[in-house]
Amino acid sequence: MNLTIPAFFGRIAFSALAALIGAVFALPLLWFLFAPFNAQAQMGLAVPDPWTLSNFVTVFGNSYAVQALWNSFIQATGGVILVGAAATLAAYALSRSSVPGKGAVTYVLLLFSSVVSGSAAMVPIFLIISAAGIMDTHVAVILTFAGGLLPTAMFILRDFIDSIPKSYEESAMVAGASPVQAFFDVALPVIRPGIVVVVVWSFVNIWGSFLIPFVLLRSSDNMPASVAIYSFYSEAGTPIVTLLAAYSLIYSLPVVALYLFVSWKFGFRFFGGIKA
Amino acid sequence: MASVEFKSVTKSFGDFKAVSEVNFNIGDGEFVCLLGPSGCGKTTSLRMMAGLETPTSGQILIGGDEVTHLHPKDRNIAMVFQDYALYPHMNLADNIAYPLKVRGEAVANRHGRAREVADVLKIGHLMDRLPSQISGGQQQRTSLARALVYPAKVYLFDEPLSNLDAKLRLEARGFLNHLQRDMGMTAVYVTHDQAEAMALATRIAVMDQGKIVQYASPIEIYRRPATTFVANFVGNPPMNLVEVDGTQAGGQLVLKGEGLAMAGLPMTDAIGNALASSSKLTLGVRPEHLSLTAAGATNSISAPLFANENMGPESLVTIDRGEGARVTARIFTDDHLHVSDQVSLSFSAEHVHLFDAMGKRIPAVGE
Repeated sequence: MNLTIPAFFGRIAFSALAALIGAVFALPLLWFLFAPFNAQAQMGLAVPDPWTLSNFVTVFGNSYAVQALWNSFIQATGGVILVGAAATLAAYALSRSSVPGKGAVTYVLLLFSSVVSGSAAMVPIFLIISAAGIMDTHVAVILTFAGGLLPTAMFILRDFIDSIPKSYEESAMVAGASPVQAFFDVALPVIRPGIVVVVVWSFVNIWGSFLIPFVLLRSSDNMPASVAIYSFYSEAGTPIVTLLAAYSLIYSLPVVALYLFVSWKFGFRFFGGIKA
Repeated sequence: MASVEFKSVTKSFGDFKAVSEVNFNIGDGEFVCLLGPSGCGKTTSLRMMAGLETPTSGQILIGGDEVTHLHPKDRNIAMVFQDYALYPHMNLADNIAYPLKVRGEAVANRHGRAREVADVLKIGHLMDRLPSQISGGQQQRTSLARALVYPAKVYLFDEPLSNLDAKLRLEARGFLNHLQRDMGMTAVYVTHDQAEAMALATRIAVMDQGKIVQYASPIEIYRRPATTFVANFVGNPPMNLVEVDGTQAGGQLVLKGEGLAMAGLPMTDAIGNALASSSKLTLGVRPEHLSLTAAGATNSISAPLFANENMGPESLVTIDRGEGARVTARIFTDDHLHVSDQVSLSFSAEHVHLFDAMGKRIPAVGE
């Protein structure tokens, strides 16, 4: 080490600053890991003493909270299936067939998609759902998310499919496969990593969304977990920290599990286009 | 096995005519190479036979039946792709057996048949591997095995050897040649490599700008190229083309050109016709028909040496007649030639090819 004195202190100062910034970001995460296991959890960070699962017992005793997790699961899974299937078929068609102006169509859809699931369109969406008579149903939430997420999902997938040589399906068809067989036997397995990216991305989007289910759902039986967290507040609006912490941890686990599963099974790859 | 016939087939992409008014037929059991530079329409022609492109106009017949608008799956053809198009998620056994799978064969049957073909191609021991786990040469043979695993009417090859290194390419070429003669299959083979076409084909269709310029046996194309384009495309190195001025004097054709010293050639009606429209002719001599000679000899061409490349058994001696007009000779020589030395190359009159101002061959005496 042949550092000059000013450079040495400069480096210490920089490290200290970096550590400080790191701590600012780490503290909430630590709270998030400690508080659920602390029966006397406060807004401040404290190491649980003793470690306890009592908060979880209370949460699982609350039928509304458990139902909300199930609702989240239904809405996210339903949305993912719809987005995944529709985006795959649409992106495949856009990539492989010569639809006139297909580039423009994709970009216009992409432009409007940020509006559909955004707050700006909340009133028209509310009116449409209401007129369709599906207010306060899972279908309403699933359809709204599908409409909002599809264009981006199509965009990501089309980019992905464009990068796959046409000769895969062509060789299958020359060998005697129908276009449908060629799609399922050859194209679909090859584009699966792209579909996985879209599936994870839309699952996380729906799972974490608050505004749309909050607006479109009325009865507490249909509320997803993101809205249910809101119920762990007393009448006066102060949070019941112990339950809130335990529930938040449970709420975040499926997403973490999904990421781990996908990166173990497929590895994460984003191809061109947009990383949401 | 079956014949293939093109009846005034045209394929346009927008304003661009990739293939224009092409007529030709391929006999049962023939090995036809479509040869030409990139963009000449050879791959488009092949893809129309496969049904991967639909002709803008015209008819395509396979085995006498019209297939112009038939889906590829209904044509009973086999095709080897330039990039092999092996399915990355299937092992070799499933890849090779895929055509049998879509024909509804049972798993045991189709894997048995795939193994038989793979054994012939010496990849039988790799059946559990994925395409990404084998070498380029093995991938090439896998795609060939997938084409051979079922009996097809016509076998189509789209530059199947172009992704192999030189040594493997020679080996695969010899194997394909043997296989086609052995099976008597009808094969159509697209390539831009004239050596590949010469070695494999029973007939070569030389294509340029969407048209077939000459369709003949390899030896015919070598000996009597129909145009300067064919002459310049076939041969290694290709034929030397020298622009000359032709005049008729005393019942003989006299050719004049920079560095050229030639005795008169016998006049024919064909030469007379060519001279009637223009005195500009093109003289063609193959590099292998040139030899070193003393300066000023008759039937010779002289210019300063541009390059002398020793290839082992032979040398390529190139002279530069100015403005990039070069003449190359393939000769067996150990002579020490130096750049800019004046070099004379001679040829005999029987090896002279003549082309008119439009680049069309003027038939020699007795053709």
